[in-house]
Amino acid sequence: MADRRGIELVCPAGSLPALHAAVDNGADAVYLGFRDGLNARNFPGLNFSPADARSGIEYAHRHGARVFVALNVYPRPSRWSAATAAVDAAADVGADALILADAGLLGYAAERHPQLNRHLSVQASASNWGALKFYQERFGIRRAVLPRVLSVAQVQRVIERSGVEIEVFGFGSLCIMVEGRCALSAHVTGESPNTHGVCSPAHAVRWTERPSGRQARLSGVLIDEFAPGEAAGYPTLCKGRFETLGEIMHALEEPTSLNVLDILPQLLSAGVSAIKVEGRQRGPAYVAQVTRALRAALDACRRDPAAYRPPVAHAAALARLAEGHTHTLGAYSRPWQ
Amino acid sequence: MKLSVGPLLYYWERAEVFAFYQALASAPVDSVYLGEVVCSKRRALRQADWAAIARDLADAGKEVIFSTLALMEAESELAALGRIAAGSVTIEANDMAAVQLAGGHPFVAGPHLNVYNGQTLRLLGALGARRWVAPLELDASALVELLAERPDGMECEVFAYGRMPLAFSARCFSARVRRRNKDDCSFVCGEDRDGLTVYTREHEPLFALNGVQTQSAQVCNLIDRVAQLESAGVNILRLSPQSDAAAPFAQVIEAFARAGRGEPAAACPPSALPGGYCSGSVREGHH
Repeated sequence: MADRRGIELVCPAGSLPALHAAVDNGADAVYLGFRDGLNARNFPGLNFSPADARSGIEYAHRHGARVFVALNVYPRPSRWSAATAAVDAAADVGADALILADAGLLGYAAERHPQLNRHLSVQASASNWGALKFYQERFGIRRAVLPRVLSVAQVQRVIERSGVEIEVFGFGSLCIMVEGRCALSAHVTGESPNTHGVCSPAHAVRWTERPSGRQARLSGVLIDEFAPGEAAGYPTLCKGRFETLGEIMHALEEPTSLNVLDILPQLLSAGVSAIKVEGRQRGPAYVAQVTRALRAALDACRRDPAAYRPPVAHAAALARLAEGHTHTLGAYSRPWQ
Repeated sequence: MKLSVGPLLYYWERAEVFAFYQALASAPVDSVYLGEVVCSKRRALRQADWAAIARDLADAGKEVIFSTLALMEAESELAALGRIAAGSVTIEANDMAAVQLAGGHPFVAGPHLNVYNGQTLRLLGALGARRWVAPLELDASALVELLAERPDGMECEVFAYGRMPLAFSARCFSARVRRRNKDDCSFVCGEDRDGLTVYTREHEPLFALNGVQTQSAQVCNLIDRVAQLESAGVNILRLSPQSDAAAPFAQVIEAFARAGRGEPAAACPPSALPGGYCSGSVREGHH
């Protein structure tokens, strides 16, 4: 846990085997969601029944790891009772924390299960200490996951002023937009992370082979076209190739992954409490590999931050796993600011 | 049905901004939202300029509200928010930091606060929200569900006209597509008076880039649904500023005002922007 190793490594699990892989490879905490469409990885075949969650939590606890339950869509009125039932279920299966975005649901959890830790989801878009104070004063949040929009200096400032534990993303697919403030997918497909726990959902994707190449469409809208032999990525809206100013380009962002291996010492000295790995939709082998790499890097950094260099073999492994095989420091680095 | 003019989302030249609001003083709208929502670097108007515009509009009988930034990262942005909140004006809170600083004074819960259920709406009501602007992605059936749960006296405002603000980012896309960094942006967003249209490779207008904000290419236009929205319980329709080159804004206001009074089908001038009109946040034909 955090006090044992100084900084908590929080890894994703979309299934029991992935949870085992995370725990076995050095995760301090694992986060998961129920199979109820109420968390941000509402994908077919993914997520946990309450019984699987209970068994996973027992496994994690036996090995000294914690388990967080993500319940981070914004439930509309007709889904409210399902959402509160999921909060109750998380408490019942023995989760160590709930990851919530909706203010109403935070209020419910604080009132009904005051002993259960509440973490503010990245989907709550809290990017400054003023917003964090709001959630802390009203709902007693213990921790917040920051949107991927801040520089390291800004992260440090938030930590100094907010008084809650701060968790930041360390590796995985990268949201270009402020989480919780993006309706691109809703606009094109009718479903979004906020409303349905999905972005650019798979059921809206159509692949077509053309002589010119392979076309990827989302609800009929052409998101990208890949030349024969070109690696074709998933048609996420913000990473498509579009035309503007008379040029075809990745108008919003290239397909790329976030990877903070290079700046771990700065994040640690900024005072972050936890590093989060994205990827509940990934399989156990991926989770094992990423967890192992981040564990090794965090341990090396903790032992001697001044002498820290990203472990070469692990850095190479992560590069191979990255979306589009490229990675970025995102908003942590200068070009975004 | 009341009408409001939402905050100006683009970076227009100072003289244009003054002229725009001067024209609004005599337009048939009830409320006007002022201030910068998209990017704190845009400073063609200072706080004193906004205050002067606010006075003129208030003298003309308009309700004036200051909209706050949707994405707040820097200490200076929080400080500016603090100064606005400390004044006597009503704010539209677009971030929970603004709700925190509004400190129990009446405020408007803006479209960028995520309000999707009655519990959240009541919580904001208890903190001082007197009106809430529905999130852009809320579909009609969810809006009806939510209207049934709103606290007494809480007004509902719906985004009814304009390119829809869909997303915010740390990155400035107006600068990025011109191969500039954000901290060396030269305010290139000012070149796009209605945002910069992004097309698919089949030339379908899809998005519009507006600094750190991404909008729909299509202009949302709910003029055909005014009666329906009114009977659902919506109190205010928001018209989001577009340039006269897109469609003469005074004529757009006039058309909505007639529709709001229940007068026969007022024609909205056609939109000259690529993409034309659409009827809401979900693309036609999906729901």
